[in-house]
Amino acid sequence: MSGFLEIRGLSARLAGTGQRLLRSVDISLPAGSVRGLVGESGAGKSMIGKAVLGVLPKAVEVIEGEILLDGQDLQKVSPAERRRLIGAKAALIPQDPLTALNPSRRIGPQITDRLVDILGWTKARAATRALEVLAEVSIPEPERIMRLYPHELSGGMRQRILIASAFAAEPKLIVADEPTTALDVTVQKQILKLISELQARHGTALLFVTHDLGVVSKVCDTLSVLYAGKVVEDTTVERFFAAPQHGYSSALLAATPRHTDPSSSLKPVPREVLDAVAAEVAASDAAWRPSGGARG
Amino acid sequence: MADNRADNIFEVSDLRVDVADMTRKPLFGPAPRLEILKGISFTIPRGAVLGIVGGSGSGKTTLGRTMVRLAEPSGGRMLFDGHDIAHLSDAAMRPLRPRIQMIFQDPLSSLNPRLTVGRTVAAPLNARANDPRVGEALEHVGLPANFARRYPHELSGGQRQRVGIARAIAMRPEFILADEIVSGLDVSSQAQVLMLLEKLVAELGLTLAFISHDLSVIRRLCSRVIVLRSGEIVEDAATVDLFERPQHAYTRELLDAIPTPDPSVRW
Repeated sequence: MSGFLEIRGLSARLAGTGQRLLRSVDISLPAGSVRGLVGESGAGKSMIGKAVLGVLPKAVEVIEGEILLDGQDLQKVSPAERRRLIGAKAALIPQDPLTALNPSRRIGPQITDRLVDILGWTKARAATRALEVLAEVSIPEPERIMRLYPHELSGGMRQRILIASAFAAEPKLIVADEPTTALDVTVQKQILKLISELQARHGTALLFVTHDLGVVSKVCDTLSVLYAGKVVEDTTVERFFAAPQHGYSSALLAATPRHTDPSSSLKPVPREVLDAVAAEVAASDAAWRPSGGARG
Repeated sequence: MADNRADNIFEVSDLRVDVADMTRKPLFGPAPRLEILKGISFTIPRGAVLGIVGGSGSGKTTLGRTMVRLAEPSGGRMLFDGHDIAHLSDAAMRPLRPRIQMIFQDPLSSLNPRLTVGRTVAAPLNARANDPRVGEALEHVGLPANFARRYPHELSGGQRQRVGIARAIAMRPEFILADEIVSGLDVSSQAQVLMLLEKLVAELGLTLAFISHDLSVIRRLCSRVIVLRSGEIVEDAATVDLFERPQHAYTRELLDAIPTPDPSVRW
């Protein structure tokens, strides 16, 4: 069974120091389903999202592995072809709506540019589509909003605009990189509901990067738990929250605050658990041989 | 209390803050005033941990900045240990400053990248980095003494926030204001920092005001919670009551919006 997005044995490292960032990551995402990528900071969750969208920083080099988007291996095509493929099939909902929008340009062109440049639409068609998607994310008076600048809108509105922009080209895959961390809880709930609704209606596959297991339990079907660039658990949301299999996953779940439980205590991930998972990563590193022979 | 200190470390009544609304300033003449805090009253008993909760734009950070007098209120009274500090001049405020400390939201921007941890903690003490009080403060927050020689970029987010806490407690303050200090951290580091604060409050007899938009971190730490919305207190209740029997619709909305890690309760 193969998914719309298939990541197989993806390993990456820092070009300078050779430090490994991703360790033989396998991820399968069927069309129309939602997978959460969870882990602490530095676990590599955003790195995977960036690799899928072909926007890895220059300092990061992929050592081996395949990223198949709709059956095509992104590593095997020319950069121009890769850009066209990803532009047509995938999109990003970024974390911080203020830095993701250009402060000196109006909202309208920031949505339509991509449709014109990458998909070759006419400006008129792109503008019609932009109005459509803005209405779909419940933005009142879309014509007026298109003429505004980002600073004239609230954080929640800006995030809606980025969601509209992501869905504008009807991508089959969306990478959402911590899309609600900058928002407060009530707005977060609205935005998550909106993303889930649009995802279900359009049958989009969604890769949802987050550190919040609470959010995962609300929007995802499956999840991958990452530690030091290695997937330590790959499971369904139901199974995970009923009984996480890996020691590190259960410790992470225990550290998530539950306000509904009065006796809930705060449990940082215990030292022994971290040592155990670090040892596991080291053991798999020792057993690993780069297939490309990149290292001597 | 046997000593002559006031029972309530803070008594705030009808506190008002407004700012000039420059977006609506006419070409000539003054800008209209925009009310940020609209008459806020509450007290913090000595030794209590008060949670201040609200959505973005509710005025919680403005309230915090006014309490530590980084901002001056436009009206109302604010007693700190019996002294009205609402309109004290900088010079008159100075002797009280060591007793009131603050921990900031983003440890990376509130720590000087060119100072070692030791010098950062020593700075408000007007001491050298090898002052015994620096080592003591670091020990209190669970950082090894050799961290005094490190720079902020060499630390993890949780460790940086510990440095911020060490800097605040090194002054031996009576009151600490913590503004969203765990919102940038992972759940595991969040739990560590919260447990540390809980321990320090008990050990050092601190009074703490804890600003957060996240009610789930407040339950464990705070004894009392005030909920702010658009510059007004909509609910002021003991923590247990607030979670078990929220009175105001806005409080219920905030509670409902917390994503509990439980897939059986879908939105």
